[in-house]
Amino acid sequence: MIPEGFSYAVPNTLDDAFTLLKEFGEDAKILAGGHSLIPMMKLRFASPTHLVDINNIPGLSYIKEEGGYLKIGAMTREADLEESALIKKKYHIFMDATKLIADPQVRNFGTVGGNIAHGDAANDHPAVMMALGAEVEISSPSGKRTVSIDEFFFGFYTTAVQHGEILTEIRIPAIGERTGTAYHKLERKVGDYATAGVAVMVQTDASGVCTKAGIGLTNVNPLPLRAKRSEEALVGSRLTEEDIAKAAQFAAEDCNPTDDLRGSEEFKRDMVRVITKRMINKAISRI
Amino acid sequence: MIKCKTSKEIGGMGHSIKRKEDARFIQGKGNYVDDVKLPGMLHMDIVRSPYAYAKIKSIDASKALEIPGVVAVVTGKDLEKYNLHWMPTLMSDTQMVLPTDTVMYQAQEVAAVIATDRYIARDGKEAVVVEYEPMTPVMDPYKSLEPDAPVLRPDKEGKTDNHIWHWEAGDKDATEKVFNAADVVVEQDMYIPRIHVASIETCGCVANYNKVDNHLTMYMTTQAPHAIRTVIALVAGHVGLTEEKVRVISPDIGGGFGGKVPVYPGYVIAIAVSFLTGVPIKWIEDRSENLQADSFARDYHIKVAMAGTKDGKIQATRFKVLADHGYTDASANPSKFPTGLFSIGTGSYDYNNAFMEADAVYTNKPPGGVAYRCSFRVTEAVHAIERITDVFATKVGKDPAQLRFENFIKKEDFPWKSPTGWEYDSGDYHAGLKKAMDVLDYDALRVEQAEKRKRGELMGIGISTFTEIVGAGPSKDFDILGIKMFDSAEIRVHPTGKAIARFGTKSQGQGHETTYAQIVAEELGIPAANIQIEEGDTDTAPYGLGTYASRSTPTAGAAAAMAARKLRDKARKIAAYLLEVSEEDLEWEPGKFSVKGAPEKSKTIQEIVFASYTNHPPGMEAGFEATHYYDPPNLTFPSGAYICVVDIDNETFEIKVRRFVAIDDCGNIINPMIVQGQVHGGLTQGIAPAMYEELIYDDQGNILNGTFMDYLVPTAVESPNWETGHTITPSPHHPIGAKGVGESPTVGAPPAIANAIVDALSVYGVEHMDIPITPYKVWKKLKEMGKI
Repeated sequence: MIPEGFSYAVPNTLDDAFTLLKEFGEDAKILAGGHSLIPMMKLRFASPTHLVDINNIPGLSYIKEEGGYLKIGAMTREADLEESALIKKKYHIFMDATKLIADPQVRNFGTVGGNIAHGDAANDHPAVMMALGAEVEISSPSGKRTVSIDEFFFGFYTTAVQHGEILTEIRIPAIGERTGTAYHKLERKVGDYATAGVAVMVQTDASGVCTKAGIGLTNVNPLPLRAKRSEEALVGSRLTEEDIAKAAQFAAEDCNPTDDLRGSEEFKRDMVRVITKRMINKAISRI
Repeated sequence: MIKCKTSKEIGGMGHSIKRKEDARFIQGKGNYVDDVKLPGMLHMDIVRSPYAYAKIKSIDASKALEIPGVVAVVTGKDLEKYNLHWMPTLMSDTQMVLPTDTVMYQAQEVAAVIATDRYIARDGKEAVVVEYEPMTPVMDPYKSLEPDAPVLRPDKEGKTDNHIWHWEAGDKDATEKVFNAADVVVEQDMYIPRIHVASIETCGCVANYNKVDNHLTMYMTTQAPHAIRTVIALVAGHVGLTEEKVRVISPDIGGGFGGKVPVYPGYVIAIAVSFLTGVPIKWIEDRSENLQADSFARDYHIKVAMAGTKDGKIQATRFKVLADHGYTDASANPSKFPTGLFSIGTGSYDYNNAFMEADAVYTNKPPGGVAYRCSFRVTEAVHAIERITDVFATKVGKDPAQLRFENFIKKEDFPWKSPTGWEYDSGDYHAGLKKAMDVLDYDALRVEQAEKRKRGELMGIGISTFTEIVGAGPSKDFDILGIKMFDSAEIRVHPTGKAIARFGTKSQGQGHETTYAQIVAEELGIPAANIQIEEGDTDTAPYGLGTYASRSTPTAGAAAAMAARKLRDKARKIAAYLLEVSEEDLEWEPGKFSVKGAPEKSKTIQEIVFASYTNHPPGMEAGFEATHYYDPPNLTFPSGAYICVVDIDNETFEIKVRRFVAIDDCGNIINPMIVQGQVHGGLTQGIAPAMYEELIYDDQGNILNGTFMDYLVPTAVESPNWETGHTITPSPHHPIGAKGVGESPTVGAPPAIANAIVDALSVYGVEHMDIPITPYKVWKKLKEMGKI
């Protein structure tokens, strides 16, 4: 790790952090778990002049159900999600996703908020949050605002979090009755970014007709992608094999993967199809 | 179970005693090159070329020199003044230390920045401005041989093409005759990809030249410290660095695997700068530099053919190799073996005719050709023979296990002369394969496979029954730059019966501090716990050629036994003197001599050693020390029978190694636990090229996977549960009957995995796939074949 020089500050309150961010201006970066930022600094792809480390700010790490939402504090470590009794009981998709995020060392420090705020379509939580219909709470000296996950990602490494703001919470509509969720990604080896990843949430009524569906795709589009046509194909369906195949096919058609060492565009579309089909079935099996 | 001759307290051969070195490694108390910190030490970083082939128009260091703490920027022109801009390679080629006009591969060293701090050195590197005139690189070794290819090495006088050397083994005419008359001939092109050893510790050094006493101490990540000292003296003797003025210290090494045999430009620049300034210079590569610039392994394009009868008797093989060496042949082979020991490729099978040829070419890739956990190109050879054996078995319609049983060299036919001239010392191939099949219940697996195929599920079983060749080597054939490939041991036993033993080899994780102590314990009966082992300091250790190619046990391990036996002979004389009997009346058991028929009259080795200092027989030299330089009479020929079972997802084509059974025969075993550890590590480095690793370049010479993000080194997660076991066929010519084991698994695993995957995909008509075999490659292949 031989980055360019930088200053380093560790505020103890959100207000202090806002003051520092204001003082340092555009050259400052927020350091949460550091597992995206530090590798980039190591390779000198990123050279922030100032780092504002928010690890000492209390009250940003929690997992709780409250007011009809699952609320996850931005500084919640991936390992906390993995070990949470609430998550294990109801939010299976996080159990699927977190164990596929890098390796245990990274998960011990990497944060849920950081995974989203980094603004990288290759990260896993954005697709999961899309499937679950999450909202993101962004704090600033002037207060708090909430942004839908669908409006959160602007471009490569850019998000709705403006300079001087801090992502503080993720809110997910609490999972109700007859709802199943699942996530899987293909990776070349442990710790790799997804060749293709698919997050699925399905809800049915008592008769087995799908009333709600959420499908998010990882790393097959410049931005994290909601597979809208796939969702539409499921809602109102009795989730037949045929409808599931149709939804999977739509996801393959609607994503925009690029050729790279993980495979060709055509391969990735095919994998999106296969994984979408499998994850829908897995989510259904968990209802 | 292995029978031990010594008690657990003595801990000789066959005891799984814990590794003595691990206490310091586990507690973070190892001492690596990067732990060396000397007063006044400066740090070096290296400016590297972004182009694979370019003219250097200018190098502007002014911005770098303005940075506080940057002391100097060294270029090829600076080194040229001292005639240090080129250096010889081990294969008698030449390699740039720093270029004066042309860069030959991406990531090549272009200039060195010297600074007071590692971070400033890196800042300085970023500030050096180099102007290049890029040229079109030659990346394809076949195109490199075409008449219109640019001549890459005009620096070599009279060179008009990119061909480096041609090599042959075996009998061409006799082999052709057999091929022409054979019932069945199969032929397959295969590529053994360019890979990297990717050891956990990268390369580096601290060069400390003391101007006052004209003495260089070189702390260095090297597997062969003595050879390095001699090379330094040969290259720099004219400026006063004669051999007694050079001390090479190889401290703890974090993995070598052949990658720490070559001399890299960074070492030489550090020495040159320290020599000119009198200041210690530290150079430690970062991970990307290590991966992108340091010596590669493999990169062999092989056309292999097998001829045989229609009922499956192998009659002849033919190998034609094109070796891509990058811009210089910087292989680390014994000097007389440009393709290393590739000629072991005739395999474990009984037939008389083979012909092999190889041509090496230059391209705009990094140089190298190191023996990555392998005795010099054995991995390539074994992959070719074990793959083509399966292709042949498929062609004649025989089960690959059955075909192997029918073609193996029989146990009673050893020593066996191979068609390319090797004398295999010993082996029992039938026993190994039978054992591996029994562990798995091979027949039941074939039944399961047939059932799965009916259901459209993909399952494959792959076998590799390889013969290794290690322990280079006998002085009649083996030398490096003229120095014979013996190795050495020196044992010194202190008055109280505790010992220190020093060796010319250098452990990089193999556990020498434990296994050498066990060999001495076996021979002298002194507890292994009381024997300290030292290697790696040329001022104290006896001369030796170092550790690579599984040579340490066959050579230095033998030297340890021989030196210990000299001491036992001396001990017998002293015991006879002390017990007042003749030497013939004494009996040895580990740790003591006793009088035949009167076992109560005895002297322990500790008493005898004490007497050698306090009461030695008149006329005898005092003390208890011996040295031995062991020149092996032959190489040793370990073997193995590996079977791999894979399940492949029929939609994503993810490959899961369900089982992997490795039965190794490395002769007598010194420490079963260490052997098992070696096999586990080696198998993981075998699954690596089979399923994950390959250095990939685009046609402009850019490396596409120059970091661990994309160069996929497998981890514990990717490693299956290795099931290991052994048969024991002692080497008849080795003093302790050992053969060496470090590389067997790396050599033997890839074809077992490839054969298993091809077997699974044979339902689609797949006959061969080049490694690494990835889900994407399988998908692509089946797509191209119109199967999906």
